[in-house]
Amino acid sequence: MANKMTAWDRIQIVREKTRPSAADYIPMIFDRFYELHGDRLFGDDHAITGGLALIDELPVTLIAQVKGHTLEENKQVNFAMPHPEGYRKALRLMKQAEKFHRPVVCFIDTPGAFCGIEAEERGQGEAIARNLYEMMQLRTPVISVVLSEGGSGGALGLGVCDELAMLSNAVYSVISPRGFASILWKDPSREEEAANIMRITAEDLVELKVAEQIIPEPVGGAHRNPRLTASNITEYLRSTILKLNKLPIDILLQRRYDKFRLIGEYMES
Amino acid sequence: MKESANKGGEKMLQQLFEQVKNRVAMPIISGVTDRRLNVPQDLLYRCPRCGGVVLMEDFVRSHRVCGECGYHSRLSAPERLSLTADPDSFVEYDAEMRSCNPLDFKGYPKKVEQLQKATGLRDAVVTGECTIKGQRCVIGVMDSRFMMASMGSVAGEKITRAFERALDRRLPVVLFTASGGARMQEGIISLMQMAKTAGAVSRHSAAGLLYITVLTDPTTGGVTASFASLGDIILAEPKVLVGFAGRRVIEATIKEKLPDDFQTAEFLLEHGFVDRIVSRHEMRRTLGHLIQMHAGKGEESLGE
Repeated sequence: MANKMTAWDRIQIVREKTRPSAADYIPMIFDRFYELHGDRLFGDDHAITGGLALIDELPVTLIAQVKGHTLEENKQVNFAMPHPEGYRKALRLMKQAEKFHRPVVCFIDTPGAFCGIEAEERGQGEAIARNLYEMMQLRTPVISVVLSEGGSGGALGLGVCDELAMLSNAVYSVISPRGFASILWKDPSREEEAANIMRITAEDLVELKVAEQIIPEPVGGAHRNPRLTASNITEYLRSTILKLNKLPIDILLQRRYDKFRLIGEYMES
Repeated sequence: MKESANKGGEKMLQQLFEQVKNRVAMPIISGVTDRRLNVPQDLLYRCPRCGGVVLMEDFVRSHRVCGECGYHSRLSAPERLSLTADPDSFVEYDAEMRSCNPLDFKGYPKKVEQLQKATGLRDAVVTGECTIKGQRCVIGVMDSRFMMASMGSVAGEKITRAFERALDRRLPVVLFTASGGARMQEGIISLMQMAKTAGAVSRHSAAGLLYITVLTDPTTGGVTASFASLGDIILAEPKVLVGFAGRRVIEATIKEKLPDDFQTAEFLLEHGFVDRIVSRHEMRRTLGHLIQMHAGKGEESLGE
């Protein structure tokens, strides 16, 4: 495209009410999906759905943060803000995937982990920390895709992976631009300015080596043609699973460690 | 006999401690360099937990623990090290590491520079090797004076290297955590430090080595959601604040006021996220014993 889109432009696209969510993509991408519920410890968090799926006859474990399209749907899924049991369900299913040697596919789409009394009582911090720790050692390929919004630790809890892909309009950040402006400038109304300096777009993240791939969306955004977007995601997953499945597991784990190990900007001497 | 040698050592630490007390009894970052002779409020300490007022002298003598309610207030990294490590045993790692400005965020380098001057630190974490009651370990201490010990590239890298060196040398790790969370000025890079540090913890752990976390005031956000929650043994100082989300964020979300004891060490103990609450006076001995009780275990798992 001739005129480059800003991060703020992309956020507007991502916030489109009709933008497809994981629930829309799943039937378009996978031939079969059996949802598996519950963390076996406390409950079943609807902000994260998970289960067994088939892509090209190949079984994978799919874990996805699910946004709704209406207020009613969003209440059901808590606006895709998981509680600790969501992360623990995800971890349970990842360990299951490891046992049966199938790749893990995570769809990230959350404003962040839920902030509330019960979330603290049940150890939101511990739940996310545990996922980071376990995912780093999980002996099966892990691919994460940011569909729309990757909100901080709540996204990272499904984001320790061999490859991170971003839909072309998706954003991923340490805090929402509004929160950033509010905390660093004491002025939440400077949200747009914050978005544009925070380096949160797919291109930024590839440049920063946080993401490896950008999955193209149709002009105007994924909602203009959900089927086409879904088929782009399918194609990406298909080739990436093939590629990662060829690597010996110890090499895969070393690469995963190094991917995160190398992120950071500092000076010495 | 070891005990008496340590008594002497503790007296020395006490003296050291006296020397720094004026410096740290002050409110953080005034930008003023000379602040020795000072205003009356320095004579009193007002506890942010119970509101009680005690003489600063008594407060400092009790290692900055509130005499009224037992709240363990914040210590600087040098103070913490002098209270924890055996005298002269601490050797620092990566002392010169400093942050860059990955977002080119206006004012960030200047703020860092000011804090470097005010605190004598390069960034929010001090790491190194020491002995505690004769037990060798890798130690890391976070210092809340430095941008509320937020974790950016420097903190992430130093903690990661600390675990990697501990793995190489087959040493246990003791981390005193304190943090406001990820360092927003570094954007997504700071978020990735959570994964990086958690990865380093997992490798250290897989080698059968011991990691003890000590949660101190305040441990929150991305640090709670990474290495602070991953200790084999998680200790906490009394009455300190520990949580994932900030109190105000939660109050704004749920639109009600939270109880006073929410997100305290005691709250975490009650909910099963802390092994023990240990007072500052007992910490050195506790750490020494815990490390000693794991001595040699790292080697044993070296089966391959």
